[in-house]
Amino acid sequence: MTDAIQPAIKAEGLSKSFPGVRAVDALSFDVKAGEIFGLVGPDGAGKTTTLRMLAGIMPPDSGTAMVGGFNVVRDPEGAKHALSYMPQRFGLYEDLTVEENIRFYADLFGVKRTERDTRSVELMKAAGMSEFPKRLAGKLSGGMKQKLGLVCALIHRPKVILLDEPTTGVDPVSRRDFWRILYELVTDGVAILTSTAYLDEAERCHRVALLHQGKLLFCDTPANLKAEMKKGVLSVTSNDPRSLRSCLQHAEGISSLVMTGDGLHVVVDNAARRIPEFEALLKGAQVPCDPIQQVAPTIEDLFVDAVGTGEPAHA
Amino acid sequence: MPEQANSVVVEKLVKRFGDFVAVDHIDIETRKGEVFGFLGPNGAGKSTTIRMLCGLLRPTSGRAVVAGFDVARDPESVRQNIGYMSQKFSLYNDLKVIENIRLFAGLYSVPAKDLQGRIDWALEMANLKGQENLITGTLPGGWKQRLALGCAVLHKPPVIFLDEPTSGVDPITRRQFWDLIHEMAGEGVTVFVTTHYMEEAEYCNRLALIFRGKIVALGTPSELKRDSMTGQLLLVECEPLGAAVEALQAAPGVMDAAVFGNALHLVVGDAAAAQPQLRSYLETRGISVSRMEQIWPSLEDVFVSLTTASNTAEERKP
Repeated sequence: MTDAIQPAIKAEGLSKSFPGVRAVDALSFDVKAGEIFGLVGPDGAGKTTTLRMLAGIMPPDSGTAMVGGFNVVRDPEGAKHALSYMPQRFGLYEDLTVEENIRFYADLFGVKRTERDTRSVELMKAAGMSEFPKRLAGKLSGGMKQKLGLVCALIHRPKVILLDEPTTGVDPVSRRDFWRILYELVTDGVAILTSTAYLDEAERCHRVALLHQGKLLFCDTPANLKAEMKKGVLSVTSNDPRSLRSCLQHAEGISSLVMTGDGLHVVVDNAARRIPEFEALLKGAQVPCDPIQQVAPTIEDLFVDAVGTGEPAHA
Repeated sequence: MPEQANSVVVEKLVKRFGDFVAVDHIDIETRKGEVFGFLGPNGAGKSTTIRMLCGLLRPTSGRAVVAGFDVARDPESVRQNIGYMSQKFSLYNDLKVIENIRLFAGLYSVPAKDLQGRIDWALEMANLKGQENLITGTLPGGWKQRLALGCAVLHKPPVIFLDEPTSGVDPITRRQFWDLIHEMAGEGVTVFVTTHYMEEAEYCNRLALIFRGKIVALGTPSELKRDSMTGQLLLVECEPLGAAVEALQAAPGVMDAAVFGNALHLVVGDAAAAQPQLRSYLETRGISVSRMEQIWPSLEDVFVSLTTASNTAEERKP
């Protein structure tokens, strides 16, 4: 079984190409037991391909993947019992009830009946689904379906859980519930690898790997990643963001400027120096706005800074 | 041009399905050239409202005027005067770029004399000049998205509806897309956005939140963050986290305690007053606090606070 010191997941130099595209390019990272690790990046970054390779359902072109101490290529059977993989479209039977779906997956993984019944009660409770075991899976809302998928995927007590964009299309309330379940799971020492295209969701993970076009941009805790961002981030609010932008867009020291619904989000070389400069510019142009504030960088700021805006930076 | 061409005006709009009131007397008035966000959890009445505004579903009572036309009396004119784009479905992937544009031009009855001009405009906007014969499905995401937007506005509608237009797109492409949207809004087009994603909501000038058929909040993103949250937020970093959450569930004055990455987010009445109390509460229970500070709520915090404030059990129903 898994040695406590050994990581639950270890990817080393994983690569996979499809005709015309290098989907995953020499990717290395590891995930510890009790950790929620986020594979974060936009569509096409290589998240699904990575998860498929770790789940042992797609062989890598090169590199190794160890899950729960098993090499997924050489020992797929051993790995299969240690892990659970929830793809984007998890195979729930819509014409079966909640309970029937759970039993089906329990049988598939050879879970004993007594074990199945206690585990199922426990998981349904955590998912907030105890009240409707007899409901057809097809009648559940998007968020509930995802939670049922998770319950089915967890029925055999896997040590490692691989989730592919579990919160896509799920509303913020259900999304929060879903994360609450994940946090409960890791207290039992499970390792969770979850992917998301929503960069703001990275902040909920213990550690993240930020992916872009198959390559690893960063791998660290969200707090350390933000601390590494040397540039300053400013928030300027106003009822007239268009005037704000035309006044500031050519100002010195700006590396990126985004107009939001009620202001600007600006990344600058030196916040302390630029705040008074910008305030003077706005005052001179008589553009009304609230005092400029320095705010914490987001994971999106970091991503954009690393990938580049496609335009030459001023500073 | 009819009156209020560039707007969506909704008065006491109601939709019932049998005994169930899906939309319950809502009022909305967008401004010309506004990017207006319409948010709400699944089952809150969002889709029903949009279907009424697009002239696809007849209201039970109340009134909605979109692009100057009454949705109940003249749904056909409404449909001809709006654009609609969704990230999920907008274009036929197995058609060529030019075939998609022609199809939409036909659907939206673009007059023959304007056709060539509008085709050129759409190609220009999507950066696809000279690429007319590419198969749409082979285009990179960002290009496809601009093409989808171009197709949705071929007939120059004064009002456009966007449904999660940039979900899953990389941040740089998303920023460029929203710049384009704001440019259109700058020319006077009213943009009505529905989304679950707060990253998209941040791009809207004003937001309305619908819950159980009623509008429960309305304002700019900053106003909502400042005024609409029940209580204030505290970020707490401490060890061990699990024990802290459990202890805090029962702590006086704590309305909610949830794990957020390597830290906790607490909702309390008065952040300044709560801090010293909570610090000693945790420390007497053997939990060491390394950081505690008030943070601004995100739009998601506001959304969750407003939609779970009352009767959580009801909301948890599938």
